[in-house]
Amino acid sequence: MTAPSEKRLEELRDKAWKDGVVPGKGVDVAGGPIPRKPGYYGQPIVKPPVWTWEIPLYFFFGGMAGMSAVIASGAIVFHHVDLARAAMWLAAIGGAVLSPILLIMDLGRPHLFLNMLRVFKHRSAMSMGAWILSAFGACVVPGLIAFELRSHQIFPGGLDQLLRIAAGILIFGAAIFGTLLATYTGVLIGATAIPAWFLHRTLLPIHFGTAGLGSAAAVLELLGHRIPALNFLGFYAAGVETALLIWLSVDKHGVADRAIHEHGSGWLIRIGEVLNGPLAIALRFFSFIPLAAISFLLGALISRIGWIAVGKVSGSDPESVFAAERY
Amino acid sequence: MIGEGIQSTNQRKHSYVQDRVEVGFFTDPSVCIGCKACEVACKEWNHVPDDGFIWSGNSYDNTGHLGASTWRHVMFLEQDRPKGNQVTGSMGLLPNPQSAIQDPQSEDPFRWVFLSDVCKHCEEAGCLEACPTGSIVRTEVGSVLVQNDVCNGCGYCVVSCPFGVIDRRPEPLHDAGGAFKCTFCYDRQKSGLVPACAKVCPTESIVFGRLDDLRARGVKRIEELRQQGFNDAQIYDPTETSVRGIHAFFLILGEPEAYGLPPKPQVPTIYLKSAWSSAFATAIASIIATLVAFAFFS
Repeated sequence: MTAPSEKRLEELRDKAWKDGVVPGKGVDVAGGPIPRKPGYYGQPIVKPPVWTWEIPLYFFFGGMAGMSAVIASGAIVFHHVDLARAAMWLAAIGGAVLSPILLIMDLGRPHLFLNMLRVFKHRSAMSMGAWILSAFGACVVPGLIAFELRSHQIFPGGLDQLLRIAAGILIFGAAIFGTLLATYTGVLIGATAIPAWFLHRTLLPIHFGTAGLGSAAAVLELLGHRIPALNFLGFYAAGVETALLIWLSVDKHGVADRAIHEHGSGWLIRIGEVLNGPLAIALRFFSFIPLAAISFLLGALISRIGWIAVGKVSGSDPESVFAAERY
Repeated sequence: MIGEGIQSTNQRKHSYVQDRVEVGFFTDPSVCIGCKACEVACKEWNHVPDDGFIWSGNSYDNTGHLGASTWRHVMFLEQDRPKGNQVTGSMGLLPNPQSAIQDPQSEDPFRWVFLSDVCKHCEEAGCLEACPTGSIVRTEVGSVLVQNDVCNGCGYCVVSCPFGVIDRRPEPLHDAGGAFKCTFCYDRQKSGLVPACAKVCPTESIVFGRLDDLRARGVKRIEELRQQGFNDAQIYDPTETSVRGIHAFFLILGEPEAYGLPPKPQVPTIYLKSAWSSAFATAIASIIATLVAFAFFS
């Protein structure tokens, strides 16, 4: 069998024989100039992330689920029972079903996923994330069950009172772990060796958390809960995202974070931020609420995909790593 | 040292693991001949699968970069600088060959440098800090080891290594899915053997031994080389950064960038404080925004 590289060698030899020169890669012949690629033959200095499509989707659903639990808590405090139920279902499906499935799918050895809970390491954002997701699931699922049991009035008197307290505590717990679930992902990629990520470690948790809050509000609006409170949250999230778009275009680091401003990865970031920032605000301003919600959701998803793409581009770029050392 | 025979630390049996002595590698390109015996020995001893049969065209280096299935990597640098007092070029054709010897810079200078790259076994290791399963541990001899049966392949160590050493092994290679890197031949060391790469190195370009001895040896070697005209010889050991030094350190000729080594590597845990502060602030802001929404817009 001829290996593909052997075939390539044959091709190069044929070409050299025919034309006298070979312009292809890897034929800097004696007497030619010494190649001047950055670093060592342009090889990456750090390793780009190995994560595939599951991770940006997890960022999207995890953020939405986490912040949905916050909205559920607010709705309970202010007696919006239907909204609270929808938000709890959203939180449970996103945080206790989709998120773990996506995370386990991305593992190189999915059958060992429980090893995530072998240790508790506060200096590892991945370990903290695994515990946050577990704690969120442990609150949101029983919280939802208690909530549903109570609203169907299955148990009488004293037991019902107990359920009420349990549901309250669990939903409140889900809200606290939910805010962390939506924001820790920014820490996760911010505290790495990838230049375009660690240079924006302050921006990332704000972006991921706020996109989560806006996404939760948008899905609940699309489910028919058209109340002013959710509209306000839509404005708030899109406003923060617009501010982040401005921040990103001002806080440039030249070569060090060029993956955010150039290449396809740069376009993903820009399109995502426009969709969940200025466009979502404009649509909401003119009361096109379903369109605003869809625009925000699309933006939140595309910018998550964009940030992983940025990591792949930035991590493969040796000049970015050298340039980032100045900051 | 050359001439020490079986008394060299590269050849004699030891009990560093039992004695809990910090050990290291000192890799010296000034004596490396680019034979790649270290790459071969590493693959054979550790059963590391092949890392592709790609013709890179980058000098004699078809290995590319360290990775999940590349634990030693011999670099081949082609630089237009003299190697010590070496005179390159077509001396016979020169009108006055003596002038070239007196001033090597005046000739067309060229050097071919070989350096065997390896996991640095950092004092503050990014991969070890990042690992959520506790699979990556510090051994008795101060090296950083991935416990293969514990790793679930989350891939977080890959983006946390400031040197781009560790990687997840893809399908369809044997034992795919987990993260892999140099083990410092921990299994050999436990039995008093020297790591495979150092054991086979024919010129002792790779030296294995006590870390403090190796550091002293590095300083001495730099002095020797300077006397022989290697003006740009230096030790690459980032002790001044948050990595706080590496256990597998190098002597390099010229700038670290040319070897794909970051001049100021940082362990990513230094970014945690600002990132978590931002996360907590966002969490609180989101709760306040939700309460405001329901309190004033219902």
